[in-house]
Amino acid sequence: MKIVNQSLPKMDGISLVTGKPVYTDDLAPKEALVVKVLRSPHPHALITSIDKGRAEKMPGVVCVLTHQDVIRKPFTRAGQAYPEMSPHDKFLLDHRVRHVGDDVAIVAAIDEKTAEKALKMIKVTYEMQPMVLDMETADTMPPIHPEEDIKALANFGHDPAHNIAGRVDFELGSVDEVMPECPVVVTHTYKTQGQAQAMMETQRTYSYLDVYGRLVIVSSTQIPFHVRRILGNALDLPLSKIRVIKPRIGGGFGSKQTVHSEFYPALVTMITGKPAKIVYTRREVFRGTTSRHAMTFDITLGADRDGKIRAIDMKGIWDTGAYGEHAATTLGSAGKKVLTLYNKVEASRFSGKAVYTNHVPGGALRGYGVTQGIFALESAMNELAETLDMDPVALREKNMIRKGETTKLYNMVTKGAGDAPMYMDSCLLEECVSRGKALINWDQKRITPQRHGNKVRGVGMAISQQGSGLPNIDMAAATLKLNDDGFFNLALGSTDIGTGADTILTQIAAEALGVSMDKIVLYTADTDVTPFDSGAYASSTTYTTGNAIIDAADKMKSAIVTAAAAYFQTTEEHISYQGDQLICYHPEDSITLADFANKITYSTMHQQLCVTGSFIPKKAAPPYMAGFAEVEVDLETGKVTPIDFVGVVDCGTPINPRLASVQAEGGIVQGIGLALYEEATYTRTGKLIQDTFMQYKIPGRADVGKVRVELLDGYDETGPFGAKSIGEVVLNTVAPAIADAIHHACGVRIRQLPATPEKVFMALREKTLDKK
Amino acid sequence: MKLNTTINGMPKNLEIRPDDYLVDVLRANGYLGVRQGCDTGNCGVCTVHLDGKSVLSCVLLAIKAEGHEITTIEGVPQQAATIANFFVEQGADQCGYCTSGTVMNILYMEQLVEDPTEEEIKHFLKGNLCRCTGYASQLRAIQAYFNLRRQQKSEGQVPRGGYEDENRKPESP
Repeated sequence: MKIVNQSLPKMDGISLVTGKPVYTDDLAPKEALVVKVLRSPHPHALITSIDKGRAEKMPGVVCVLTHQDVIRKPFTRAGQAYPEMSPHDKFLLDHRVRHVGDDVAIVAAIDEKTAEKALKMIKVTYEMQPMVLDMETADTMPPIHPEEDIKALANFGHDPAHNIAGRVDFELGSVDEVMPECPVVVTHTYKTQGQAQAMMETQRTYSYLDVYGRLVIVSSTQIPFHVRRILGNALDLPLSKIRVIKPRIGGGFGSKQTVHSEFYPALVTMITGKPAKIVYTRREVFRGTTSRHAMTFDITLGADRDGKIRAIDMKGIWDTGAYGEHAATTLGSAGKKVLTLYNKVEASRFSGKAVYTNHVPGGALRGYGVTQGIFALESAMNELAETLDMDPVALREKNMIRKGETTKLYNMVTKGAGDAPMYMDSCLLEECVSRGKALINWDQKRITPQRHGNKVRGVGMAISQQGSGLPNIDMAAATLKLNDDGFFNLALGSTDIGTGADTILTQIAAEALGVSMDKIVLYTADTDVTPFDSGAYASSTTYTTGNAIIDAADKMKSAIVTAAAAYFQTTEEHISYQGDQLICYHPEDSITLADFANKITYSTMHQQLCVTGSFIPKKAAPPYMAGFAEVEVDLETGKVTPIDFVGVVDCGTPINPRLASVQAEGGIVQGIGLALYEEATYTRTGKLIQDTFMQYKIPGRADVGKVRVELLDGYDETGPFGAKSIGEVVLNTVAPAIADAIHHACGVRIRQLPATPEKVFMALREKTLDKK
Repeated sequence: MKLNTTINGMPKNLEIRPDDYLVDVLRANGYLGVRQGCDTGNCGVCTVHLDGKSVLSCVLLAIKAEGHEITTIEGVPQQAATIANFFVEQGADQCGYCTSGTVMNILYMEQLVEDPTEEEIKHFLKGNLCRCTGYASQLRAIQAYFNLRRQQKSEGQVPRGGYEDENRKPESP
């Protein structure tokens, strides 16, 4: 391997850092109308009247649109493979608003200030409806979605009459039989908050009609092909009339896996025929898009006294907010990709319901449910270790999945898996744990917490896995074209949202074709010219798109060999493709790829070699990680300071070790934000309080301590050159490891994130009072 | 109303409104390396220099630049490219959206702190948020950049600070 497993620089890096105009808003036409959305100030209300007359008459206003002006048709904004697994419960500009920030009307004007002024001129009368703000009681409240025409395409128990967006239930063995036999049983409740993706570039889109009158959408999205389909559905347009292009993306983390800013300029362009653009404000992102689904999980673990875990029971409630976007799928992941970590249990059970409330909708965020499930299960594991008076590492070592092992759960929860056991042949979880333990100096630090005055240091740990793409669900394709002078165009529908995917995929193509990187010219992603790709989510790009490239490269090599055989007037078995050279053994001859490409283009054969490969994952290929945290707790204030975090990751072959390590470092810091800083709370009238970066605290560089990452030398035979995924797994262990480190330091358990100074302080006070 | 200012060394006479923020005026006039992240002066993405000092252009009224000198990332191409090389080398570029603001603040830091320690770098750049990298790779890149500067200075190549053109060097605070 010459090009993969090399830390090459990101190909677009210099342009990005030196400020080149490459993002959506940099490219929007200057004459584009500026679109603004009027958003609901109420959590749940019916619009009884809406008067747009004054706004329309304002000079500079081109159009004002409300529910009276658009087609009424249910759809989902969640970007997932078709048929979507999220319910079709959203109407564009509905007459019922379901959360503070829901869309009410849009204005298009010649500039931003005019559009903003016009928003204030729209007179809306609302009739308040009962608010549903508590997920625990949501299913007993009047429905948020009483409409009869909403529907679910997939069967996840959608029951809008009871505010249920979806249910997920599965069981291995019988928990009711095994649990009562267990001598040690631990039960606790855990809660995580609606974390924000907080990508630095907010959602933004511009649109125009091309010379053929087709609608062109240029958008900061993770999912160009899903955008095309979802827009077509929502606006009732044939997909052949829509083209979606993504330029450089300023971060995604799941935020752009749901269609938001695309609808409004598209509507304006369709109605006025003029280019239009929208740039979301930061507050609009917080109130009007999605966040991680907040959850409550009850976990019961049953074990023998020697630490053998026999039964796990997970029961969860998921707050999907006003719409069921990604609800049942994130909820399912919280069980499927979590319970499979402990494959030696006799029984495990998962039962969860995702409920509608009048909160900001839940959506996709790095980790996609697994983060929440891991926090709950791994925290419970650490509490079980305490109950058993056992080292948490030893408890994991006794119970976790290891190389070559499997569990029937994999067959139960993987689509199209069949009955044949799915062995985790590439699993290096055991090595992740032992290496992490050594790096943080666990054995020494875990004995006694270090105390200096009022400050105490403790260590904690957790393990995690994730997926690599979605088996039998998400497909990627790659098109390769051989040009004169012997270089290749590689067209992909995948989206690099900042991870370096474009560079990594070029590395894979160059390696597979045996040529240098400069012989590969990559283009992503444009639904008119690049082949299909589900998009940048579910940790799929390296694994799924990478495998599609390998398929395309194999087809290209065989097309070249066939053409070369004709060129040398021989048969294919006498031709050897060697990247820059083609060797013919009989008759003995050779030609450079550049000369050959020139010849077949211009002089001898006159043909264009162009092939498309595709790939769909067939088997679960989970990456694994062990995370070890050291924190310092200030006993006087309750403030928790992260000191050190060690993450050891098995991502198979890292195609680009440096970019993979930075993925891990970034994921760990998002995990620190989830664990300690990022609060999402609501007023009693259903308004999100932390709706700008003034109130919503994402970690800054002085807030994270030392972050250390080590990638193990893994290899998964189903991955491209042995690669598995890395994007999401890296976030999950952080919160449970930090929560356990806090407990180790000062003896209090934080079961509800984030572990703010206030929560830790109150818990410390309670503990002291209990002692007295 | 008119705004008389200097942008990247060029005198400019721009038509603005009294309530325009500087970031919007700069972007409308083609300085697209200036990006916006938060609208509330919290994330540092929109950092530019006003008379050589870092300012947050999303919370600064454009008229405040009347008679002053603005520098955007487009005005420091060599310095930006030097820092960019270290960022890319460390994989610290990622989505890149926050980096033009961070680069501008690194250049300002260089004016104030001769040879910053790790703590000084973290403290100085606190206001430049990044959601992708987790900061560790950025720290490595920034340290490598200052190593280079130290080396250049010891070899007498650069008099002082990030503005290589002495005439545009900001005054010491």
